[in-house]
Amino acid sequence: MEPITIHSGIVASIDRANIDTDAIIPKQFLKKVERTGFGKHLFHDWRYLDDAGTKENLDFILNKDAYRKATILLARDNFGCGSSREHAPWALSDFGFKVIIAPSFADIFYNNCLRNGILLVKLSQEQVDELFRFALGNDNAKITADLPNQEVNTSDGKKYSFEIDPFAKDCLIKGLDSIGWTQQFIDLIENYEDKLSEERAWI
Amino acid sequence: MGKTLYQKIWDAHVVREGKNDATIIYVDRHLLHEVTSPQAFEGLRLKQRKVRHPKRTCATMDHNVPTNAKDLSFADEISRIQMEALERNCKEFGVKLLDFMHPDQGVVHIVGPELGFTLPGMVIVCGDSHTATHGAFGSLAFGIGTSEVEHVLATQTLQQNLSKTMLIKINGTLSKDITPKDLILYIIGQIGTDGATGYVIEYAGDAIKGLSMEGRMTICNMTIEAGGRAGMIAPDDVTFEYLNGKDFAPKGEDWDKAVKWWQTLESDADAKFDKVIEIDASKIAPQVTWGTSPEQVAGVDEDVPDPSGFKDSVKSEAAKKALAYMDLKPGTPIQSIKIDTVFIGSCTNGRIEDLRAAATIAKGNKVSENVRALVVPGSGRVKRQAEKEGLDVIFKQAGFEWREPGCSMCLAMNEDKLSEGERCASTSNRNFEGRQGKGGRTHLVGPEMAALAAIKGHISDIRDF
Repeated sequence: MEPITIHSGIVASIDRANIDTDAIIPKQFLKKVERTGFGKHLFHDWRYLDDAGTKENLDFILNKDAYRKATILLARDNFGCGSSREHAPWALSDFGFKVIIAPSFADIFYNNCLRNGILLVKLSQEQVDELFRFALGNDNAKITADLPNQEVNTSDGKKYSFEIDPFAKDCLIKGLDSIGWTQQFIDLIENYEDKLSEERAWI
Repeated sequence: MGKTLYQKIWDAHVVREGKNDATIIYVDRHLLHEVTSPQAFEGLRLKQRKVRHPKRTCATMDHNVPTNAKDLSFADEISRIQMEALERNCKEFGVKLLDFMHPDQGVVHIVGPELGFTLPGMVIVCGDSHTATHGAFGSLAFGIGTSEVEHVLATQTLQQNLSKTMLIKINGTLSKDITPKDLILYIIGQIGTDGATGYVIEYAGDAIKGLSMEGRMTICNMTIEAGGRAGMIAPDDVTFEYLNGKDFAPKGEDWDKAVKWWQTLESDADAKFDKVIEIDASKIAPQVTWGTSPEQVAGVDEDVPDPSGFKDSVKSEAAKKALAYMDLKPGTPIQSIKIDTVFIGSCTNGRIEDLRAAATIAKGNKVSENVRALVVPGSGRVKRQAEKEGLDVIFKQAGFEWREPGCSMCLAMNEDKLSEGERCASTSNRNFEGRQGKGGRTHLVGPEMAALAAIKGHISDIRDF
């Protein structure tokens, strides 16, 4: 996993609550057996007018020239709800998104992003409203997310602090291999399994 | 202070307590399917890791299997590749697989319980958000992403933080004709689609205790639609009776020992929950969703609401977008909504009791002209049982299609999908935009209401039937 510390980029905003993982990556693109190549299908049903994905919907923000290279996404409540598909963060990441800002995120999606080096920033409804005004009022809106200092800075000089679980922060900054981390406690897993075979042998 | 059911199961599974980092919990059962597992196996291969406990792992094919026949030539090529990948992976890593031709193949959350692979007090995970279903047995069951699937395959554990707890107490009894599906849709309508984000829900109260295991599974299944990490119901005699004699359930002395432990798995009387919600069961009418989020739901006797009447501006905006997508106008009576398609099935309502309930409505009636109606049993066992009872004949005589087991039109990964603008009464769990096919419009309902919609050609009130 690629580490993330300080990231600056163009911010694209989608003014919708409850953006579900079906919308982020529709089911017809879940049939691959690889982790790569999902970016071109990101938000497919909103982004394209045809099933093949050859005709762009020019009203959709990611098809506007100023946002084609956006790396920060701004959205509303409960972003990433629904299906547990990790194809959603794979698609976001493959498109180039490194940071997502919203008032709340769905649980499974949050964990999936953490495993893929995407920083999720939770801000209050009012702060997100302010950022929407900033992003929509300015085609060159840039944001810097500073994970070590837990701050989001806008190119017009505003600063927002955010909270993050210390271990999640550490994992993102180091780009930690989560399986490797757990495997350092293999003796504890073995102890647990010994106990399990005595106490709950039917498992 | 007493402990909640969740806390008891959590405590029994802590391998390592976190110290400013992550707690590691043990996973008793890991379920796999073809869509969210291939990249996990590939990850193992790249790092030369093994599956730590193949016997605690079980796989099935469900998401993109064809349901019109037990014939893989009906599957598109990339679906086939995905199914073949699962077969290869299970063989290589020694994991039990109910493949496409296996007589017990079916939807992963239906297969686990009916095999007794799902048991009380367990931590159960699967790369699928509807894993919450298994919480009906008093287990801690939740969906995970593919990276976590790989983590569980390699270590039989997960890194987890303790969730907050929510008690949803359902007082009173459900009126006649009101199903568990109506109850859970009503709850989601009350607390919202992110009402339980960060929480594990325990469902309790007389109305829950009175439900069969099938009904309890329908309730827990849709916990994720309220944002909950997991939903659970304390195990009782109904649970033990369901499990006794199942293939993977403990036998003999082990059974007695297990039941003794399972009987302790309930929240203590003085246990404290972070949030308590009380619901009056007697007030609930048959529920129908009108929008594109499960929280956008109303009683069948109500009208489509007016978004401008919503206090919350974000919800009002969402309702406006939903009505535009659904092509519905505020004030339209829900019962006047015409239906093109009916889907009966899924991990929410694809069990034998659901099919029996739908069949009582279908019996002696005919599917309305211009309506296509599908009944998709949740598993091979459900299908065989239904056929033994003659339900297939009832459905076919009424004009319903009787299909092979699979997820089918719940998420439309196979050929069973809605076309642009097509409107469906569905017993599944998600009415998201495009969920059942691009441009398709979904109204979530219970199995009787779905069968009735098929016969009438529009949404109708089961209480008038």
